[in-house]
Amino acid sequence: MKDFIIPDDRDMGTPAREGAPVTLTIDGFDVTVPEGTSVMRAAAEAGISVPRLCATDSVEAFGSCRLCVVEIEGRRGTPSSCTTPVAPGMVVNTGSSKVRKIRRGVMELYISDHPLDCLTCSANGDCELQDMAGAVGLRDVRYAAPEGGALDNHFEARNTSGDNHRYLPKDESNPYFTYDPSKCIVCSRCVRACEEVQGTFALTIEGRGFDSRVSAGNPFDDFLSSDCVSCGACVQACPTATLQEKSVVELGTPEHSVVTTCAYCGVGCSFKAEMQGDTLVRMVPWKNGKANRGHSCVKGRFAYGYAHHQDRILNPMIRDNITDPWREVSWDEALSFAATRLRGLQEKHGAKSIGVITSSRCTNEETYLVQKLTRAVFGNNNTDTCARVCHSPTGYGLGQTFGTSAGTQDFDSVEHTDVVIVIGANPTDGHPVFASRLKKRLRAGAKLIVIDPRRIDLVKSAHVEAAHHLPLRPGTNVAVVTALAHVIVTEKLYDEDFIRTRCDWEEFQAYAEFVSNPRHSPEMAEELTRVPAAELREAARLFATGGNGAIYYGLGVTEHSQGSTTVMGIANLAMLTGNVGRPGVGVNPLRGQNNVQGSCDMGSFPHELPGYRHVKLPEVRKIFEDAWGVSIDPEPGLRIPNMLDAAVDGTFKGLYCQGEDILQSDPDTKHVAAGLAAMECVIVHDLFLNETANYAHVFLPGSTFLEKDGTFTNAERRINRVRRVMAPRNGYADWEVTQLLANAMGANWTYTHPSQIMDEIAATTPSFAGVTYDLLDEKGSVQWPCNEDHPDGTPLMHVDGFMRGKGRFIVTEYVATDEKTGPRFPLLLTTGRVLSQYNVGAQTRRTANSVWHGEDVLEIHPHDAENRGLNEGDWVKLASRSGETSLRAHVTERVAPGVVYTTFHHPDTQANVVTTDFSDWATNCPEYKVTAVQVSASNGPSEWQEDYAAQAEQARRILPAAE
Amino acid sequence: MSPEKMVHMANQIATFFKSQPDEDQAERVAGHLRDFWEPRMRDQLKAYVAAGGEGLDDLVIEASERV
Repeated sequence: MKDFIIPDDRDMGTPAREGAPVTLTIDGFDVTVPEGTSVMRAAAEAGISVPRLCATDSVEAFGSCRLCVVEIEGRRGTPSSCTTPVAPGMVVNTGSSKVRKIRRGVMELYISDHPLDCLTCSANGDCELQDMAGAVGLRDVRYAAPEGGALDNHFEARNTSGDNHRYLPKDESNPYFTYDPSKCIVCSRCVRACEEVQGTFALTIEGRGFDSRVSAGNPFDDFLSSDCVSCGACVQACPTATLQEKSVVELGTPEHSVVTTCAYCGVGCSFKAEMQGDTLVRMVPWKNGKANRGHSCVKGRFAYGYAHHQDRILNPMIRDNITDPWREVSWDEALSFAATRLRGLQEKHGAKSIGVITSSRCTNEETYLVQKLTRAVFGNNNTDTCARVCHSPTGYGLGQTFGTSAGTQDFDSVEHTDVVIVIGANPTDGHPVFASRLKKRLRAGAKLIVIDPRRIDLVKSAHVEAAHHLPLRPGTNVAVVTALAHVIVTEKLYDEDFIRTRCDWEEFQAYAEFVSNPRHSPEMAEELTRVPAAELREAARLFATGGNGAIYYGLGVTEHSQGSTTVMGIANLAMLTGNVGRPGVGVNPLRGQNNVQGSCDMGSFPHELPGYRHVKLPEVRKIFEDAWGVSIDPEPGLRIPNMLDAAVDGTFKGLYCQGEDILQSDPDTKHVAAGLAAMECVIVHDLFLNETANYAHVFLPGSTFLEKDGTFTNAERRINRVRRVMAPRNGYADWEVTQLLANAMGANWTYTHPSQIMDEIAATTPSFAGVTYDLLDEKGSVQWPCNEDHPDGTPLMHVDGFMRGKGRFIVTEYVATDEKTGPRFPLLLTTGRVLSQYNVGAQTRRTANSVWHGEDVLEIHPHDAENRGLNEGDWVKLASRSGETSLRAHVTERVAPGVVYTTFHHPDTQANVVTTDFSDWATNCPEYKVTAVQVSASNGPSEWQEDYAAQAEQARRILPAAE
Repeated sequence: MSPEKMVHMANQIATFFKSQPDEDQAERVAGHLRDFWEPRMRDQLKAYVAAGGEGLDDLVIEASERV
């Protein structure tokens, strides 16, 4: 921690610009800055800080506070430096006696309506108003109250004439921050941050002049009931204590900070963990973070309290049978119990009877060690990861077409996009910080095409409206994507130059013939997809002809029987239109969890070693055999669904599961439970007694991202450092726990720091060859491939040619899923997530985020609700051929008639008891997004839910520790 | 795994490769099975084919001889 010096992150006052260099003189110093830069920013570049209140470099200049006035030779008056762009030869004086006097007068007015309780104020020491009062030399406030009266102000609850009608009490409705109107100087920074940075437009300035107030939503709203999404951008922008984190109110200001990476979604935002000793005071998005550029969402910014939640398990526990209560034991006893059981199972049932699940939430180094454990210590390839159930089709599909399993761009690329297709993703909920960056680009004029069964927020929200929304029937992605290609090919809108130089022309011919067939026309597809043909044609034309076209997709693409085929279809579209290999274009999978990309890169899949190299290849095995001193099984291992099947068959008996809750997250809960129950040694390594732990024999307590060093790799292939800010409460970082288990089984590993694990990764994996912790400290982050050819990493892939050489067009025939609606199950269920909760909710449910989403609800169209006599808020039974559960109904037109939607964040709903075991043809990625269901009225939880809850309660009993 | 599930999964793979303009589709199916199916699963498939292979796509049966 001490080795890493946080780079310059001063507030430069106004945003950076790109343009031709302009030289001017400020206070006698020559400064050269890009054209369009403000005088204020130019001064900051020269090291001169012009006093300011309403300006901050996260939002455009506003020019309201008049504190930043300067004098410019040859110009009249005293222009504000934040709104004045530089000009060649300009001569600026920022400190003349004239502007000093103006500033002091302005400050005096501000302070006349501000409570002078600085010493007890929560922003004491972190207040720009305080700083500016000092900077302008304010010594006196001359405004005096008239005799017998009071000065009109906003901060005194009462004055001599009774209640002060201008006084508004603190709004404490948001669980994470307060709004104290008495401290507000109406600089509008919060309002502008909400608009420009977050793009929600929840805040406004109500009233005029002295009556101006910041207001969230309508007059009757508070922050919680307004449209506010609690991203924290306003809190970040506020110069005073008006918008303030409750944690700072409680704890005081931080004394040091450490740059680290968020452990929630695949955007991988950089944060400064601001600390007092080893107490985390707040997480602040880091402006030099290349994924988030200083922005955050409610999860990363505020939802870290789970680290200290009372449910956290800090001691190892074991039990002989899952019907027994847990027994707390020493680490030694737990590890030797686990090692003895695992080795015993291998002796009795064979080397391949046990395996691991690596975590897409843990670090690259931890994931690497877990797959190494199975390959080098267990002696098999039974390793899989959460990506199996989310983005494994991305690996297969992009591997087949482009030659590598990764997104092609960085997030900055969206700033150069002209047309965006968002398919099967809901970025405003799933990847909120990317969504804010996308919305900013859309407000600047880029066009949007949304392909989704639901009317997600991006279809129409404040100042953003999709040019086309194609509300397809769940399960018909391939038909829609192929129909788009049909239009592009038959109307000759494709980029022939690109295809001839970059792709296999022969394969294109075959593909063109295939898609040109009239059965792939939008008119024919409409019967299957329910997407109006004319709308689809217009969308295809727009994408092909509208300039830089980029495709962003999520699990609505992959989690289908034809997930891999749709990924190939998306790659086809990008190649057809020449949209690969430059800024503003590309194919961009939005990854679900923080380190899904990394866990795939690190060889978590049973068929490939780190760096996506198949285990069948002897030259690849040799690299690891030499490094590890073992021989590696050349056969692929079991994938998660195969492990569960093999467990039920009695040939798979033991599992080490790190940081994943397969019982809640994986489909067909009853089948998962049967598989787990059939195993004789289930080791759960996690923060909490999760659902899977109900079937575990060994519990190894895990550590949070705040408690360990390592790296996460985000959806842009960006390798970001995770830095330890406090000691692991459970005693060990997760990589140490895996090493202890390996050594208990005789491995003799001797890593003393995760950087040594990264060195091993770099030595064995060509795309990581240049990665070291020193490099990451120096550059902040790098995107792989990072090696001799790309020493600084690779922001854009496939620039001069595809990784595999020529891009491959692959025929994408639509095949209907076998999950079909019928009289028993007439509706289609599709599942997803919401902004405030994350995945199985293990972390976010243990924070105040639950005020926004306390339970899973079923979205149902008014037509379908009325047919069934259901009203808003009613308990309903949701049943499929796999199982049934109950939850409350939310009647909404966001879903189309015939489609219902829910989330899987809460174990007491357990939406996955309803989902089926159908899966992607190539990868076994479950078909979460299509389940035929029936919905009917219900009185409350189903019998299954009650049995499940009872079993869970029994399984979570812990015996008091023996002395 | 249940025979029905195995048949379903194998037939899904065959359905994809049947749509491809490859000369040797059976080899593509066999290659996919070799690359992604663990030996236990391939053994189960071969045993099922030996027992008659009911419900399996012809292309899977042809491919099963090469896994």
